[in-house]
Amino acid sequence: MSSDSSAASQPTREPFRLPLHWLGAAPFAIFVLLFLIMPTMRIVIGAFQTPDGSFTLDNIRGLFTTSILSAYWISIKISIASALLGCLVGFSVAAAVVLGGLPKWIRGPLLTFSGVASNFAGVPLAFAFLATLGPVGLVSMFLKTQVGIDLRALGFNILSFWGLTITYLFFQIPLMILIITPALDGLKREWREAAQILGATNGQYWRLVAFPILLPSFLGTLALLFANAFGAVATAIALTGSSLSIVPILLFAQIRGDVLGNPHLGYALAFGMIVVTGIANTIYIWLRARSERWLK
Amino acid sequence: MKKFWAWGALIVGLLYFILPLLGMTNFSLKMRRGVYSFDAYAVVLSDPRFQETFTYSVVMALFTIAFGVLLVVPTAYWVRLKLPGLRPYVEFVTLLPLVIPAIVIVFGYIRLYNTSSWLPLTGSITGTNILLMFGYATLSLPYMYRAVDTGLRSIDITTLTEAAQSLGAGWTTILTRIILPNVLVAVLSGAFLTFAIVIGEFTMAALLNRPAFGPYMQLLGANRAYEPAALAVIAFAITWGCLGLIQLVSRFQKGAQSPV
Repeated sequence: MSSDSSAASQPTREPFRLPLHWLGAAPFAIFVLLFLIMPTMRIVIGAFQTPDGSFTLDNIRGLFTTSILSAYWISIKISIASALLGCLVGFSVAAAVVLGGLPKWIRGPLLTFSGVASNFAGVPLAFAFLATLGPVGLVSMFLKTQVGIDLRALGFNILSFWGLTITYLFFQIPLMILIITPALDGLKREWREAAQILGATNGQYWRLVAFPILLPSFLGTLALLFANAFGAVATAIALTGSSLSIVPILLFAQIRGDVLGNPHLGYALAFGMIVVTGIANTIYIWLRARSERWLK
Repeated sequence: MKKFWAWGALIVGLLYFILPLLGMTNFSLKMRRGVYSFDAYAVVLSDPRFQETFTYSVVMALFTIAFGVLLVVPTAYWVRLKLPGLRPYVEFVTLLPLVIPAIVIVFGYIRLYNTSSWLPLTGSITGTNILLMFGYATLSLPYMYRAVDTGLRSIDITTLTEAAQSLGAGWTTILTRIILPNVLVAVLSGAFLTFAIVIGEFTMAALLNRPAFGPYMQLLGANRAYEPAALAVIAFAITWGCLGLIQLVSRFQKGAQSPV
């Protein structure tokens, strides 16, 4: 009898305490739900709806027209080019500072500057490059009057694929430096010594030890830089207006004035962007977890 | 030989970063024909549109920071103290704004909170301002949350909380007089980064039709030659200033890491 009543009183007390715990996280949950999750879900669901609300795959099918596919293709090409070049140059600079025997004091200022430069995206970045590589920019004029190379005549235009890629590199390279420097620091001196004792040459050490360890970090950052470039809108609009038809610019114009003539095609366009950046970021997170096994 | 290549890589890299900065500074000083002058800066700074949009963005940044602190500090504290099992999920959610492009988020806002919806935030100017502030808070969430969470890691919040409670303090007192002062440096570094993000943000403000600094810069860039370069120099100086301040305040706290 007595054991019965204590067993009954125990569960009645518990449910009263539990909700209060969760209440503390409620404001955050509500905010995130209203201003992050639900807006995104609205886009995803809208991509599979007709204007009157019934389910359809027509919007997704609508993406496979020549103009939209080519917009995706240019976007993907620019993102791949700027991510690859950003990774290579950023890696070279980081490796030069960490492993190249340069003076120690260079490191601090370089990382600080990388922090600033990786945040210096958007409209001002476009202006900086217009003033440098634009038709009357500093470098263009120097090459034209002093060296005799006319970039324009060679077919270079800042409002083009390569112009945009070079501009994106300004925030891609510093991001690579910021992420890969800790990974390079994680290469332990002992591994190199162990390899040398076993008779490995410098090339063998890099090919068989350092490279496999760095590879997940390298590929993961590549995916991150890809997503970073793919979502960039402001720089592209400020630089090219709407002359270069990449996905973010197309979506911007669609939201502004329904240029595609079908509001729900806009949802599908945005959904496509989420899918592409989502895949890239999943690859990043997965590879990052792998690389952390070695680089603690 | 190794040193030679290292220096080479560093110099080529630096040249790539210095040339655009030089180019933009040089261009911004060339408004008067033949001589260097600060004319472009004078024109920009005296433009009432510049003053309006810049003030608007600064005020929005301050509101965003205040809202972000109110939202993030109690949540990060509570999750660490009472709901540790929830930590990975909260962390994942706070990183989502880095995955979902800002243009997609604001597209969702426009569809979800338009004049004919259940919460017609875009129907009034105040409503749109509030929506934009929430948008900015979302964009800065990854940086703010990580900064505060790192700050909380360096103090023993369980002991501090129990000590305060046994002296009779309520939750408000604990948060404002014990937790906040202890993570102030972390909060500040998150705040400066938020400031830098909000001042330069273009997409959300442009699509919500608010008179912010980012859209003004884009508009000026499309119509003028020298003034945009002057604006770019100003914007770079602001970014540099904000990140410099993060370095400065981080130095006051042992073991604190800047969130960048």
